[in-house]
Amino acid sequence: MIAYLARRMLYAIPILIGVNLLTFALFFVVNTPDDMARMQLGVKRVTPAAIEAWKAERGYDRPLLINSKARGIDRLTDTIFFEKSVRLFVFDFGSADDGRNIAHEIKTRMWPSMAIALPVLLVGLAVNITFSLLMTFFRATAIDIWGVVLCVAMMSISTLFYIISGQFFVSKLWSLVPISGYEGGIDAVRFVILPVIIGVVSGIGSGARLYRTVFLEEIGKDYVRTARAKGLAETTVLFGHVLRNGMIPILTGAVAQIPLLFLGSLLTESFFGIPGLGSYTIDAISSQDFAVVRSMVFLGSVLYVIGLMLTDVSYTLADPRVRFE
Amino acid sequence: MRFIATLGCVLLLAGCGRVWNDPYPASESDKNILYSSFAERPKHLDPVSSYSENEATFNAQIYEAPLQYQYLKRPYQLIPRTAVALPKPNFYDAAGRVVHSDSTQVAYSMYEITIRPGILYQPHPALARDASGQLLYDHLTGEELKRIWKLSDFPKTGTRELTAEDYVYQIKRLASPRLHSPIFGLISQYIVGLKELAQTLREADQTLAAEGERGAWLDLSRYPLAGAEVVDRYTYRVKIKGRYPQFLYWLEMPFFAPVPIEADRFYAQAGMAQKNLTLDWYPIGTGPFMMTENDPNTRMVLQRNPNFRGEPYPSEGAPGDREDGLLADAGKRMPFVDTVVFSREKEGIPYWNKFLQGYYDTSGISSDSFDQAVKVSVEGETTVTPEMKARGIRLETSVATSSVYLGFNWLDPVIGGQGDATQQERARKLRQAVSNAIDMEEFVSIFANGRGVPAQGPIPPGIFGYRDGKVGMNPMVYDWIDNAPKRKPISAAKRLLAEAGYRGGREEKSGKPLVLYLDVTGRGPDDKSRFDWYRKQLAKIDVQLEIRDTDYNRFQDKIRKGSEQMFIWGWNADYPDPENFLFLLDTSQSRTKFQGENSANYSNPDYDKLFAQMQVMDNGPERQALIDRMYDILRRDSPWVWGYHPKTYSLNHAWLYNVKPNQMARNKMKYYRVDATLRATRRAEWNKPDLWPIGLGALLLLVLVLPAVMSYRRRERMAARPSEATA
Repeated sequence: MIAYLARRMLYAIPILIGVNLLTFALFFVVNTPDDMARMQLGVKRVTPAAIEAWKAERGYDRPLLINSKARGIDRLTDTIFFEKSVRLFVFDFGSADDGRNIAHEIKTRMWPSMAIALPVLLVGLAVNITFSLLMTFFRATAIDIWGVVLCVAMMSISTLFYIISGQFFVSKLWSLVPISGYEGGIDAVRFVILPVIIGVVSGIGSGARLYRTVFLEEIGKDYVRTARAKGLAETTVLFGHVLRNGMIPILTGAVAQIPLLFLGSLLTESFFGIPGLGSYTIDAISSQDFAVVRSMVFLGSVLYVIGLMLTDVSYTLADPRVRFE
Repeated sequence: MRFIATLGCVLLLAGCGRVWNDPYPASESDKNILYSSFAERPKHLDPVSSYSENEATFNAQIYEAPLQYQYLKRPYQLIPRTAVALPKPNFYDAAGRVVHSDSTQVAYSMYEITIRPGILYQPHPALARDASGQLLYDHLTGEELKRIWKLSDFPKTGTRELTAEDYVYQIKRLASPRLHSPIFGLISQYIVGLKELAQTLREADQTLAAEGERGAWLDLSRYPLAGAEVVDRYTYRVKIKGRYPQFLYWLEMPFFAPVPIEADRFYAQAGMAQKNLTLDWYPIGTGPFMMTENDPNTRMVLQRNPNFRGEPYPSEGAPGDREDGLLADAGKRMPFVDTVVFSREKEGIPYWNKFLQGYYDTSGISSDSFDQAVKVSVEGETTVTPEMKARGIRLETSVATSSVYLGFNWLDPVIGGQGDATQQERARKLRQAVSNAIDMEEFVSIFANGRGVPAQGPIPPGIFGYRDGKVGMNPMVYDWIDNAPKRKPISAAKRLLAEAGYRGGREEKSGKPLVLYLDVTGRGPDDKSRFDWYRKQLAKIDVQLEIRDTDYNRFQDKIRKGSEQMFIWGWNADYPDPENFLFLLDTSQSRTKFQGENSANYSNPDYDKLFAQMQVMDNGPERQALIDRMYDILRRDSPWVWGYHPKTYSLNHAWLYNVKPNQMARNKMKYYRVDATLRATRRAEWNKPDLWPIGLGALLLLVLVLPAVMSYRRRERMAARPSEATA
């Protein structure tokens, strides 16, 4: 297993370089270092000298990818790309363009993001699995048919609609929870309960429908018939046998998400005023802060790679037939 | 299970004696706190680089420049803040002899500012001293900094008296190569020696870097500045090149607020910036409030500065202020509120709903909520809707000191001011035709809910130089009919177009249709209708308009290079002086040639000459006459479609007092008074939790689950049916 994981980690290096290069190219196609300087320095009364000074101070006065004036290896290393990217590989995110420490921001903001994402994942999984198993149990009955109709209807509604409706009914009309905001500690529960409920409800449609398909495929197999023939209760058949064998596609989706949990949800965080990493990324994009954008994309890529590796590991736990090769 | 139990406890506790949807801690419910919001995190809180409105909201409450605007009087009037009196400049010739202000020999103006003694800084660790008087935190080691993450982690704070030296130190900071002050380019043209100081500091910075001490503290007190000197502990002088009466207005802004040398040194220590311990993050001032919490992701908190000297509420105001209750607190010591809490609110819907729930004391009005909040009578009078009135919400309106305009690029060969006299005349007629065709009254009505005043020139109402009535009307676009300006008929625009050589929207010689181009930055779906509207306006005179929608960066790039033809832009006043609007059309400010603020690149030597005269004059009939002449030139040349001056609408709850719109003063928080008891009562009334949805939800779940459980049990009890084969 260790050899397999080491190999996967080595594969990750070119992937991360590629992602970094792509982020760099996409960012600088839209923005130039001059644009970034103007964004930081403001619109009024900004002189060309101030722009040059800002760029020089932050190392944006170098060529982007190749320094034709330099010699030897400096042609590649004395560039914005090299200077800004190489440190990421040792997780030195540096400072945002406004001078604030990115690592500190990430450490602070990951908790609010997780306060929403983790319950949404766990409760969502539980609800989706229960609902899909219920539909599987009542397959080909009115409950199943109306369950699928409900799932399709729920899938068709945009997340924004859930958010706005949730805020309108729960916070405004019924005055049950704050409409937006965030507090640390136990008080956070009051603020995250609505986004969590909305996150779970908005995910039921797609999740339960997918899992239902998986379970229906499993329920027709021989081992299920054997289990029933042995006289096991239907709940034992469903939760003890069908669920376990249907875990691989569920794990593919769920485990890969775990490391990404703290990256946050852009829309939910914005509407509920949650100071997480989703809103941090959105703010950085709108303020053309390359330092933050590249850090968040890099972090996302690393976590995605880790998530996929965890998925592979989880396969071996869910299905003993799967081996690391 | 533990989570559910905790959740239940929290909800139960929340339900005991308070509303459930209160976003603030229960302990704050009856406190003397002002609740406000912010949408965008402030980039700079260092007064040397802070220039945006959203930064001024915080900085103006903390830093104290020597002057301020009188809160109630109109037109806007400067009064002393930390200064003893408004400084009056003395004028000198090149040889240093005193001359009269009207003299043509004026080479320098000298402003001598005396500040009040006894003003103290807020408690701050940078000013903390030990028993022997030595600063406690000016030589922090890496080990000591390990435990420090925010300013409140420093166990001790201190204060000291404000001195003239602090003001001079801040003026020197404007020249620092590390701080990028946005006004350095402008102000270094006026303050004697500032440019030279910038060069000296740049060299010193490079020397430090060469010595391996990049970023080490640059002690500005070691570098003299010829244009700013300390006279005594409470007095300093600023020497200005020539005459620059607008300098007084700059003395109201945070750029000229004091920064103690100890703070500059404190924040420059190695390792501080990596922990966001900078002046950009933690300001230090002498004002009525100090920043005690800076979490721009969630909330920022200003608390009463315990060392603030107190300041009396104004005893004089504008006519009608007494009747409006704005002088009820006359002479009382400010500030009235203990704390100001700014919560971050990025989206309009939650912000508006929280205002309606009573969790924000004041609110603006977005287009989406305009109809819910405001009623416009047949006579055009705006009031709040009955729903708002029933809640005691008041509406305050005022015309912003801003102009939004459509500019014609003077460098454009078709519509600009280039070429021979014939070409220039054709382009002028074309600009006038376009100005006549674009119906700004309709624009304001459709796209701004009537919140704007169609402009007759660049200067907005409330600023000297603006004229109301017939004398202020733009005769190129309006006729004076029935005591009101009335837009000329579209036939006038068509006639001008024909005179320009584009009869029926076609180039007379070639017969080709005339196509004009408008560069815009579309931000959302709402903009599409706006662009269609512009097309429709020019279609009225058979001219095709092509919209060139681009992102903001490219748009700015085009403006800088002068490659656009027409564009939409705006200007928000720095200070209430006509110079701050009329300079936008001065040749020396050409965006393309000199990277200035004249985005239209308009150039007219006659106008420039008059501007140079007007710029240095005091307000009075002579200055007004000059402005009138400048207006005549501008209206004839029509470098802009004059656009409109936006109106600001704000809603205030019944428990918030002393609110009067003031477009120039940003230090408003100290004037506001809050009735916290009334607020708590209203919040409780408006936010009674409805528990029936919880019961209904539980019932619904039961209705769904119960048949499923029953069906499951029935199936489990059912005997296996024999298959047909075995039957």
